[in-house]
Amino acid sequence: MQWEIVIGLEVHAQLSTSSKIFSGASTAFGAEPNTQADAVSLALPGVLPVLNKGAVERAIKFGLAAGAHIAPRSIFARKNYFYPDLPKGYQISQFDQPVVGCGQLTIQVPSTGSGRTDEKVVRITRAHLEEDAGKSLHEDFHGMTGIDLNRAGTPLLEIVSEPDMRSAAEAVAYAKSLHALVRWIGICDGNMQEGSFRCDANVSVHKPGTPLGTRREVKNLNSFRFLEQAINYEARWQIETLENGGTIQQATVLFDPDKGETRVMRTKEEAHDYRYFPDPDLLPLEISEEWKERVRATLPELPQARQARYVSEFCLPAYDAGLLTASREMADFFEASLNETPGQAKTCANWLIGEVSAQLNRDGLDMAQCPITPQQLGGMLKRIADGTISSAGAKEVFRALWAEGGEADAIIEAKGLKQVSDSGAIEALVDEIIAANADKVAEYRSGKDKLFGFFAGLAMKASKGKANPAQLSEILKRKLAG
Amino acid sequence: MINASLKQLSAQLAAKKISSVELTQLYLDRIAALNPGLNAYITVNPEMSLAQAREADQRIAKSGASPFTGIPLAQKDIFCAKGWLTTCGSRMLHNFISPYDAHVIAQFNNAGAVNLGKTNMDEFAMGSSNETSHYGPVKNPWDKTRVPGGSSGGTAAAVAARLCAAATGTDTGGSIRQPAALCGISGLKPTYGVCSRYGMIAFASSLDQAGPMAKSAEDLALMLNVMAGFDERDSTSLQREKEDYARDLAKPLNGLRIGLPEEFFAEGLSGDVGQAVQAAIAEYKKLGATVVDISLPNSKLSVPVYYVLAPAEASSNLSRFDGVRYGYRAPEYSDLADMYEKSRAQGFGAEVKRRILIGTYVLSHGYYDAYYIKAQKIRRLIAQDFTDAFKQCDIIMGPTAPSTAFKLGEKGDDPVQMYLSDIYTIAVNLAGLPGMSIPCGFGANAMPVGLQIIGNYFDEARMLNAAHQYQLATDWHSRAPQGI
Repeated sequence: MQWEIVIGLEVHAQLSTSSKIFSGASTAFGAEPNTQADAVSLALPGVLPVLNKGAVERAIKFGLAAGAHIAPRSIFARKNYFYPDLPKGYQISQFDQPVVGCGQLTIQVPSTGSGRTDEKVVRITRAHLEEDAGKSLHEDFHGMTGIDLNRAGTPLLEIVSEPDMRSAAEAVAYAKSLHALVRWIGICDGNMQEGSFRCDANVSVHKPGTPLGTRREVKNLNSFRFLEQAINYEARWQIETLENGGTIQQATVLFDPDKGETRVMRTKEEAHDYRYFPDPDLLPLEISEEWKERVRATLPELPQARQARYVSEFCLPAYDAGLLTASREMADFFEASLNETPGQAKTCANWLIGEVSAQLNRDGLDMAQCPITPQQLGGMLKRIADGTISSAGAKEVFRALWAEGGEADAIIEAKGLKQVSDSGAIEALVDEIIAANADKVAEYRSGKDKLFGFFAGLAMKASKGKANPAQLSEILKRKLAG
Repeated sequence: MINASLKQLSAQLAAKKISSVELTQLYLDRIAALNPGLNAYITVNPEMSLAQAREADQRIAKSGASPFTGIPLAQKDIFCAKGWLTTCGSRMLHNFISPYDAHVIAQFNNAGAVNLGKTNMDEFAMGSSNETSHYGPVKNPWDKTRVPGGSSGGTAAAVAARLCAAATGTDTGGSIRQPAALCGISGLKPTYGVCSRYGMIAFASSLDQAGPMAKSAEDLALMLNVMAGFDERDSTSLQREKEDYARDLAKPLNGLRIGLPEEFFAEGLSGDVGQAVQAAIAEYKKLGATVVDISLPNSKLSVPVYYVLAPAEASSNLSRFDGVRYGYRAPEYSDLADMYEKSRAQGFGAEVKRRILIGTYVLSHGYYDAYYIKAQKIRRLIAQDFTDAFKQCDIIMGPTAPSTAFKLGEKGDDPVQMYLSDIYTIAVNLAGLPGMSIPCGFGANAMPVGLQIIGNYFDEARMLNAAHQYQLATDWHSRAPQGI
């Protein structure tokens, strides 16, 4: 029997507040060490935490977006352990009463065979607010450790999934989907290089129909690629271990991206006793229905709702709608472009999914960095729709827009890409071709329909590619018929 | 001058009969002369005090003064005060100069008060005799072979010996009331949340509360007017309208119903204290009050409950003292764990370590429900006892401490005996109620006895009224130790 891989993810999303979760210090990334460490971040004697309302609102937003239960009352607890970059000697987190309860996320997973995707629902167990620790710097201190507390107290939302994923690809799909969602609703900038979105993967293997295997937790994966590599390595290692007669010990492991391996950080026996207890410095967090509804009113239309609307309102295929709503930037770009040229949803979708995405990919850019605006793209789509340019001409306009900017109309003018739609000119041109190819015309008229393409090619060539193809085809057909 | 009330001092300063610099110097001279024998202050900084006094004099000259402008006060060394060594009585903070002011300190600074210095205390406020201080024990000004009580023992001794006009303390299980009783002064622990805890070094966050210690109830009321108030930096600080705690001082006590908890007059109370307290109750009856017998059936559990909850919170609150960022770090260590262990082993004293161990134990996996959760449940029962009692009475009275001041070293080897000296005060903290102690006579060896007054939530003004009326009728509060 095949092994089944079981994966649950814990994602730490850094919330996009400008100040810390329990103090007014800035959360901006990249400042000189300890310049954003105020008295509270330093845990000076006597200082106290005060909860940042903005962090709570972001947690509520996430809960609403994930269709989750928002706890009317949740509790901040202290997680006690010693580490030099944990200034209070405890982390303020939430333990048995988190702010966000059960929710779910629908993800697209590769389906077997068709090459397209299937939908899968991943259940979210909970999401809770907590503070980040500082950073220990081991380099450049000659046998000592430097401590930077700029990051200490940065607000995090830890989002815990059920063990619902069955492959690294599914885990990545979930992580990407979650990443898109937190950015979509504007609670996290999603910058993985800066650590704004970090994943821990709980991985176990078992044979279907048997109890779940012992899990090992791979910590701190800060790219989708590492997430995939780490899970694949870890699952393979666990399967090999079991097949060789070994057993899996519950453990926390680290992934080494250079070696592509995981190694044990601590085993269950070495696990800390965190001595959680309610933080007496903070009151229970109470969220009224009214507050919840106020936050709900600020939520943008969510990806799934937009996807459904694109299908019903614009008659787009579900597949296209899914791709267009993969990120808020893409969806907003689509709608803004469409504004310029209403009724051309499918053409617009084709260009975004096709040429625009491909070009972004080639240039290593994301949608937010797209060098052309929806207005520029829309301006071009409008000229495709009204027949001013052919699809070949459009590609040239697009290349120019991408490289040099400007407006579609000006480019069409400057490059002389306008299609010839003057029926008189086309008729004259067709007459000439018929006159010059009397034998072929006779063949055509005697039933050799396939020759139509030959005449069309000649005519288009004669127009230097500028003839409106539909018009050309219509005139040609009429004249050939005699 | 040294026996003058705050009101009188304020009037003298306003009338320019004395300058703040002169008054401050007078106290500094007394401290220089008497503190070596009492050890009430850890830090005195005449330069900083006199600078504040000069500013106060300018403010008085420009007639922008508050009732506290120019008044020299002492601050318990648990309050962070900018530029002042703030040790909390511990070697752990032997070198900690605070870069910021506690809310309470800032309130006094804004009022123009002068900080005379930082008073001695049990290490991290853990103790009932002031013997756990890294800076040595404080002596009781009434008898230097006896303890002043704790943890605000330095403040109590400083007020009793007239080494300041008034002072601040903090009370987690009785740390204002018990030393006030043992040193024959007045002290008030307000309702939890009335004074901001910001900048007050935390011992047990859900119990800690700052309060004034002074020569009279009237002075306490004026002090509390400055100390109390909402502070957005403390989430447990209460957002209430500013009130004048002196507003009811003059009210007659006719019809005041005083509850006497039977549990406070049972076994364990020494006879001399019981007599003085009963005499005080008799005085109250003369003043028009009536007496009701009440019961606080769960109060007997308050000491064990307290010694689960307070150490649990303390074990976590004191984790920040790790030798990494400030305070004491062991001079030699081999690695990180060794640095933590040696710094904390050398930086903390025995009582603090004992409580960190207890607290760590009761929060540990497998013990948490049996200790911490159970203690929280009993805490609610204890609070409920008071709620029920206040249906029958307006105010509760009894002894503050089971005995008068004991000898230095007498209970040093027996922590449980030491813990029992707070048996009547702890329940008040567990319930979050206001409590105070005022002098009500003398017991064996001519040592002062304290009368405890417990009020309902936010009933400080009524308690101060009751205390003030008693002090108008008696003179126990104006007695000062000999040789002072």
